[in-house]
Amino acid sequence: MDPLLLSRIQFAANISFHILFPSINIALCWFLVYFRLRHTAARGTPQAQGWEEAYYLWTKIFALSFALGVVSGITMSFQFGTNWPGYMEKAGNIAGPLLGYEVLTAFFLEATFLGVMLFGRGRVSERMHLVATLMVAGGTTLSAFWILSLNSWMQTPAGYTILDGRMHAANWLEIVFNPSFPYRLAHKLLASTLTASFLIAGLSAWQLLKNTANAGTHRALRTAVIAAAIAIPIQIIAGDAHGLNTLEHQPAKIAAIEGIWHTEKSAPLTLFGWPNEKEGRTDYAVQVPKLASLILAHDLDAELKGLDEFPGTHPPVAPVFWSFRVMVGVGMLMLAVAWWSAWTLWRRRGRAVPDLAPAAESTPFSRWQLRVLAAMTFSGWLATLAGWYVTEIGRQPFLVYGLLRTADLVAAHPPAMVLSTLIAYLAVYAFLLVSYVGVLMYMAQHPAQQTLPASPQSPRAAMPVGGPA
Amino acid sequence: MEPTWNSILPLIFMAVMGLSLLAYVILDGYDLGVGILLPFADDAEKDIMVSSIGPFWDANETWLVLGIGVLLVAFPMAHGLVLSALYLPVALMLLGLILRGVSFDFRVKARASHKAIWNTLFAAGSLLSAMAQGWMLGSYLTGFDTGLWALLFAAGIALTLPTAYAMLGAGWLIMKTWDGLQLKAVRWARAVLWPMGVALLGISLATPLVSPQVFDKWFSMPQFLGLLPIPVACAAAFFAAFHVINRPKVVAAGYGWVVFASTVLIFMLAFLGLAYSIYPYIVIDRMTVWQAASAHESLVVIFIGVAITLPVIIVYTIFMYRVFWGRAVALSYGAPPAADT
Repeated sequence: MDPLLLSRIQFAANISFHILFPSINIALCWFLVYFRLRHTAARGTPQAQGWEEAYYLWTKIFALSFALGVVSGITMSFQFGTNWPGYMEKAGNIAGPLLGYEVLTAFFLEATFLGVMLFGRGRVSERMHLVATLMVAGGTTLSAFWILSLNSWMQTPAGYTILDGRMHAANWLEIVFNPSFPYRLAHKLLASTLTASFLIAGLSAWQLLKNTANAGTHRALRTAVIAAAIAIPIQIIAGDAHGLNTLEHQPAKIAAIEGIWHTEKSAPLTLFGWPNEKEGRTDYAVQVPKLASLILAHDLDAELKGLDEFPGTHPPVAPVFWSFRVMVGVGMLMLAVAWWSAWTLWRRRGRAVPDLAPAAESTPFSRWQLRVLAAMTFSGWLATLAGWYVTEIGRQPFLVYGLLRTADLVAAHPPAMVLSTLIAYLAVYAFLLVSYVGVLMYMAQHPAQQTLPASPQSPRAAMPVGGPA
Repeated sequence: MEPTWNSILPLIFMAVMGLSLLAYVILDGYDLGVGILLPFADDAEKDIMVSSIGPFWDANETWLVLGIGVLLVAFPMAHGLVLSALYLPVALMLLGLILRGVSFDFRVKARASHKAIWNTLFAAGSLLSAMAQGWMLGSYLTGFDTGLWALLFAAGIALTLPTAYAMLGAGWLIMKTWDGLQLKAVRWARAVLWPMGVALLGISLATPLVSPQVFDKWFSMPQFLGLLPIPVACAAAFFAAFHVINRPKVVAAGYGWVVFASTVLIFMLAFLGLAYSIYPYIVIDRMTVWQAASAHESLVVIFIGVAITLPVIIVYTIFMYRVFWGRAVALSYGAPPAADT
């Protein structure tokens, strides 16, 4: 097999696995800060217990997701060198400092304060603990800032000069805030908000269906539904803006997304169809006349560039075309479910949330609604992955758009070696993904489970405040 | 070479990278060591062992990312060369680190009947990472030679680095635990001290033999006399550890920390010796620090970042270690919900 293809699959598998966990955690940590603040504000009232329970369960899930994110992230930092040595040789002057700042300003911050956040209650003051939680949340978001800056620079490179075939930084502000970065950052942070919201809502709904809910479940569910209902319309607007930005800087990607084969005026919008790259057409296309021109250029008669303008420099059409439709489809489903659920909350707003050990029937949601929410638990993952496939496959055949071709930067390892490690990675990732989802379900059914037999206490140590981790 | 800002900056980054990797080897070394020792403890002891490293392991592993990050940032030419030459051991190390890192969290969150599996994966992942790192070190020292002697040399380090990590882990447990487990940790330290010592001596003697340049650097006068404190101090630290673990009363009297401190000292001295042997190369006999360095303007940008953030990182790392100072306790995420009690 072709080592380029194997290396691409390996890297794709790795980033796909990795992105699942930051997608949850970037936003989940801010949910935890919110639960903490509500808990502090409600101290001395019966509501405090509910917020504490929500914090307790979701901290456990955060810790688990964090561990998975860290180990798969470390893998990524090595694979730049093991599989794509040419990338760092050519673009290291720019990619290096961005990755370096990520490690220095964000990675250390989150990893170090995570210990205090998870296990420090009772050892530091409540205020210091809140500071530690904020450091983790801030570090996670800052991490996203730097990584997305680098990713965006690879899509829309700016602020560089080329000397002797190597790229050099000319203007760091232009590099960091390159043309697609603000759009990508907004799109990703909102995607994380939605991923975390639907995860919290879905797992809480599942707890209600299984009668394992506690007072925290209702609060978590309500918070998540409201967050999702607010975030989804903003996300649709941000996504549209991101698309217009892509049209300006990467028209070939847009042509692949929309399945526009030839440059045309008043281009129709292809809803569905089967891209046929060999013949250069979309088979069985279901189209709406002129709509693509209207959406992309906000003008019914606008001319859109087709794939024929980019011979040899446009991405493979079918995966980009399909991924985009999956992303948009899931987004629309999210809009419907989030607003439907928020509407239910609004209609029944008078009903008080029970404080202690509530039964399933006290929820404002019908069983059908809970089932729909539970089915949407991992919808954020689906949309996130599809979205990343659109933008990353859409960048091909380049690694740095228009400048460095992916095929020129790959390491020439024996295919058998790359294949064997690829199989090992895939096996481990599949095993971990199944375990992760299984453990999430298990924790949802045992939200306050003592998962460890009580350990003997050191005579000198402070008593732990709560149940074991 | 004229000492100009242009020629000094790569050296500074070489130092930052070296110190990050040293910090990694010591910090993740003890928690990998605890993982390697895990199968020898009973179930209750396993929980304490894992609790003793719980708040630290994430941050410990970050030093590896920084070390590799600096390699990538400051020496992009060497980054690709080194990592593609180490493709297989790197992949094995990563698989080990993945399994280990996630098992730490899974073992207390999965259903109780699955805990044994996660314990096994935790120990196996720790051992696999340690061995792969030994292989990487061995392969690096021989300049990625694939001849029989070089492979044997790498295999030798791969087999013995886990004993050094286990020694660090045992030293850590002597400090962080008490009673039965502490006594066990002392026994473990006794078991791995000599294999570690022999391995260290073997590597120290073999490295000059594998590379004639290294031989000249060490065994010519007057350098040899100036370097003598390194092996002497190493032997003294080894003896200190040996002395304490053979006298349970000394441990009981509160001097158990000497074991960990001496092992750390041995690691530092070995690192110093290694750094002296390699300098000024980043890929032995092939690429010097200056040949591999990134463009000057990129180094300046990242130097500013390092100069500001690294001291801050060290401060909050010390703060975190102070928060969890003292004996290990069962880890807790906070006040337990009412349903629990």
